[in-house]
Amino acid sequence: MHEGNAKAVGCDGKEKEMKAINHSAARTSTSLMSIVFVALVGATVLFVAGHAQSSTLHDAAHDMRHATGFPCH
Amino acid sequence: MIQRMLAGGLIAGFAAGLFAALLHFAFVQKLILLGEQYETGALVHFAGSGEMPEAKGHDHGAGDAGPADGHGKNDSEGSAISRNALTVLFTTLIYAGYGLVLVAGFALAEHFGHKIDAQSGLLWGVAGFVTFQLAPAMGLPPELPGTIAAELGARQSWWLGTVVATAAGLALLSYGRGVLSALLAGALLAAPHVIGAPQPDAFWGVAPPEIGAAFAARALGVGLAAWAVLGWVAATLWNKKAE
Repeated sequence: MHEGNAKAVGCDGKEKEMKAINHSAARTSTSLMSIVFVALVGATVLFVAGHAQSSTLHDAAHDMRHATGFPCH
Repeated sequence: MIQRMLAGGLIAGFAAGLFAALLHFAFVQKLILLGEQYETGALVHFAGSGEMPEAKGHDHGAGDAGPADGHGKNDSEGSAISRNALTVLFTTLIYAGYGLVLVAGFALAEHFGHKIDAQSGLLWGVAGFVTFQLAPAMGLPPELPGTIAAELGARQSWWLGTVVATAAGLALLSYGRGVLSALLAGALLAAPHVIGAPQPDAFWGVAPPEIGAAFAARALGVGLAAWAVLGWVAATLWNKKAE
């Protein structure tokens, strides 16, 4: 939860304190489903770039696979 | 929330991937090309046992890199450029994949009430390096072209098992409580190495071990540096967007 103070002028011409309160409860409630989804997207990228054995993919990714220690041919 | 994870992971991954590619071309690529020269026979390490090598055409001028890995590439200048461009592309892609897995880890840790900041992000980065590169490398060192390894499917299975066990072990070690979870973490971290990685029946690699050793050490060094950047950038972005 964040609190921010901002000066504002009220209708009587005097400065008033305004408090803005952001509820960032959503931050802690990242759903497990979306976590699993993002992890799966990442794992799929790693599988395609690192492990898939189609020869086009293999040739293209060859040097990087060797250098990042993915088992390669 | 999904957008925050995807954007943060991808941006951090591409940044770390570009850094990794830069270090790759500074330290690693020339060793790969040198290994390939032995693999293709352009250079010969030992012609017979106990004899000094007879180096054929031992100059490393431009265009002298030899065919790439016996996969039907030829290293004219144009194909060297496209080869290197593909290496940059796939390095950023791989690090984007690492980045997504990493931020999924951040989200999971936060879900259980653990705060992620730049400092802990750096530690997460190092842990990611241990998980994805160092622990697998203890059984299957990064392979220089022209060296020998066991059958591919078995190595990929061992690699995957090692990554999963190491990730679980490190998470348990960091966030678990009590002696039992520490013991379980130790068992998970040790298990892949107790089982052992698949090894070839005999070693008949044609590239000199000196080059293979330098290649493996440099590949791991580059990995550590890039992962540290990945962890730090991903955690910084993670906090920025949360504010």
